[in-house]
Amino acid sequence: MSSPRLVITGGRFIDPANNIDKEESVYIAKGQIVSVGRAPEGFHADREIKVPGHVVCPGLIDLWARVREPGLEHKATIASEVTAAVSAGITTLCCPPDTLPVIDTPAVAELIKDRADRIGKCRILPIGALTRNLNGEELSEMRALKSAGCIGVTNALSPVFNSLILRRAMEYATSFDMLVIVRPEDHWLRDQGVVHEGTVATRLGLPGIPEAAETVAVAQVLALVEQTGARVHFAQLSCGRAVEMIANAQQRDLQVSADVSAHQLHLTELDLTDYDATFRVLPPLRSSNDRIRLCKGIADGTIAAICSDHQPHEEGAKLNAFESAEAGMSTLETLLPLTLRLVDSGCVSMSHAIAGLTSRPAEILGLEIGQLAPGTVADLCIFDPQHSWIPSPDNWQSRGLNTPFFGQKMQGRVTHTLVAGRIVYELSN
Amino acid sequence: MTELGQNIQLDTTGQLRHFLSIEGLDKELLTRIMDTAESFAGVANQPVKKVPLLRGKTIVNLFFENSTRTRATFEIAAKRLSADVLNINIETSATSKGESLLDTIRNLEAMYVDMFVIRHGDSGAPFFIAQHVAPHVSVISAGDGRHSHPTQAMLDMFTIRRHKESFESLRVAIVGDILHSRVARSQILALNTLGAAEVRVIAPRTLLPTNTEFLGVEVFHCMETGLKDVDVIIMLRLQKERMRGALLPSEHEYYSGFGLTEQRLKFAHPDAIVMHPGPINRGVEIESRVADGNASVILEQVSNGIAIRMAVMTMAMHSKSRELS
Amino acid sequence: MTEPTMDIIKIADQLAQSVDLMMNQRQVVNPLMIGIHTGGAWVAKMLYERLGFVEPLGTLDISFYRDDFSQIGVNPEVKPSSLPFEVEERDILLIDDVLYTGRTIRAALNEIFDYGRPGRVFLGVLIERDGRQVPVQADCVGTRVDLKANQRIKLSGPEPLELRTYTFDN
Repeated sequence: MSSPRLVITGGRFIDPANNIDKEESVYIAKGQIVSVGRAPEGFHADREIKVPGHVVCPGLIDLWARVREPGLEHKATIASEVTAAVSAGITTLCCPPDTLPVIDTPAVAELIKDRADRIGKCRILPIGALTRNLNGEELSEMRALKSAGCIGVTNALSPVFNSLILRRAMEYATSFDMLVIVRPEDHWLRDQGVVHEGTVATRLGLPGIPEAAETVAVAQVLALVEQTGARVHFAQLSCGRAVEMIANAQQRDLQVSADVSAHQLHLTELDLTDYDATFRVLPPLRSSNDRIRLCKGIADGTIAAICSDHQPHEEGAKLNAFESAEAGMSTLETLLPLTLRLVDSGCVSMSHAIAGLTSRPAEILGLEIGQLAPGTVADLCIFDPQHSWIPSPDNWQSRGLNTPFFGQKMQGRVTHTLVAGRIVYELSN
Repeated sequence: MTELGQNIQLDTTGQLRHFLSIEGLDKELLTRIMDTAESFAGVANQPVKKVPLLRGKTIVNLFFENSTRTRATFEIAAKRLSADVLNINIETSATSKGESLLDTIRNLEAMYVDMFVIRHGDSGAPFFIAQHVAPHVSVISAGDGRHSHPTQAMLDMFTIRRHKESFESLRVAIVGDILHSRVARSQILALNTLGAAEVRVIAPRTLLPTNTEFLGVEVFHCMETGLKDVDVIIMLRLQKERMRGALLPSEHEYYSGFGLTEQRLKFAHPDAIVMHPGPINRGVEIESRVADGNASVILEQVSNGIAIRMAVMTMAMHSKSRELS
Repeated sequence: MTEPTMDIIKIADQLAQSVDLMMNQRQVVNPLMIGIHTGGAWVAKMLYERLGFVEPLGTLDISFYRDDFSQIGVNPEVKPSSLPFEVEERDILLIDDVLYTGRTIRAALNEIFDYGRPGRVFLGVLIERDGRQVPVQADCVGTRVDLKANQRIKLSGPEPLELRTYTFDN
């Protein structure tokens, strides 16, 4: 499919990596940004996309989203989820290795990448396994995984019991400049917990996950970062104390970054009133104070990025008593509107919010995406910040309908998504 | 924040439709349950122990957790009301690949069941089931996870009411594994709703949930101070797993610190009554002499359990919304 | 709106006479008397004293046997029935205050038969009025009254015992 020559006019152009936030036209040809602002000489557009009042920004980069292939196709597939992703303005998503089989061989990594490329919508960058089969005991072939296109390694939600092995894994990763992504959770303190250990857990009689389960793991990893000099990214923080510990570490110039999932910025344990398994997530929704601290963490830069932590489920996975239901929400399509809520509430500026979804994830990954300087790949997201809509099963693209946001007004809707200069999504009226 | 259970337990006219939790029920309703149980208490003493109130109705005891005692009392209560009873035991394991919970319910409903009595290891499971049953079906909780055991709490309140003048001046102490106890949570709620003067819990820290005071209790780690002048002592059962989970060092240490001995009983009010939801662990929670002594009303609790369950089943089966559907 | 009370003592005497007559005619020997709570129990007590029965007096609370239970729900003030004798093969004299629809008597019969199999059951009522909804008849009657559909007659007590007629406007 050859990419047409496009010009996008009338929109508010926000490119945080290059510090631009003003109304500018964007010129695209051969899948790349040709120029911003001034028309190139002799440029004739095949199509002009007029978007007054819209925001034009780099395509969103989602650091942690599950597409359920290979192995869990009864929940969703790459085809269904990349369709959902581009409808939400996401042009690159990183999928964690807890697939079936696990992404611990080049074959699995390539399978996922190739399938996404063939479909030609959102790009998928696989995150490789830190240990073989995520068993927490043997190192995975990280060099091979990097060659196959993995942008980092993680043990996802599986514990690495042995701190010596964790140290070795982190050291080995640094040999190849591989980013180590850690979802901080101490397996033993987590125990049988399913919700935040606090007043709501006590009232509902549900086993709790104490804050210490996260902070103990963060402390352990930070100490090993100091020891090994590894580059570590903390995925999906949930408590304020962890934010403080990471801010402290950043002040001491440790190479650590963090992200938070968008729903953690808006939901707390108080939303768990009816044992509704839609709110069963890991890490759990914590207290109001934690939520406030997470938002502040975005504002002050401790938390660089916002991700979706997308986990689509089949209906049966959630239709159960709370403890027996599977954890996770379907969140690709609420990533942008929930992030924009921070702008509406005055917590951050629009540019800062967009950076958290574009330039800063790119920085964390060490890739030259998430920006729109001339010569870069034309992955764009165009959205109307004034367009309010109500998510419902009728307008939902993901196969997973497990979201608590059905029926709730969302502000901000993607109208066009471009990948390599091709329009892969356009909102129909 | 909506009150858990308030909407779903009551029908449109405020009558009991499901009985899942004490939470969301007011003092008037709890009193009505006890008054109704009073009328059923007499039935057990008559030569004809049956009344035809629920004749032709089918009640299913759906137990996902083993419990011979509770199931037996629900069965007796249902049969005394002339209902047909079906007992189903489903052992669930963490890796069970059997029929889903919802499918089990749907299949039973297809056999024209009128009421489910559910015991489940997951907190909130009866609530989940109540949200998905047909309009004419009622759900009674026989205990869910750590959350609630409402019929046990009501029979305990009923027992207290038979021995004490009023709840308003009452001092109650609940001793033992509060953390894992659905019984304790329901008892605390009921006592507070009925206006008890003081509700105390006595336990080592490892057996108390976070923010225990939030439940509306005063916390003690010492029996002698905790039991001072109390009118009602409720002992909870200690399960052997607590030693394996590093919550307690030994049964011996637990008994020496928190066992109810005759000596400790003296700290309470001279007319204090001793209760236990059963089954009791002699020499672990309670000294044999106290369990069998004058202050003990443990056996009475068992027979009261039948009357309370008859009351709750009758009230739920005949709520107005069922007529309208 | 209520109307003046009727003379209870006179009606009770008439009922006692009616019972006496019936017992002779039907050769009823040593029957067991059962009064239906609450009004029937008061009437049974009056009869018991007049007729000089020997066996203990039984009382029946039919709340659990009512057929309108599903509409009105459980009455929390049910008192237990008390039948301090064996009903097997015995002649029973069932007593109530007012025989109207007949449903109370139907419930009482159900309850008595749950206790055992009586020989014969006779019905004596203080007041019989029209309005039967099931085929029940009284063997002995204190007095008959004719009332309109919007009228009720009720025995109140225990001290003093009074019969009053109520008229509803609707």
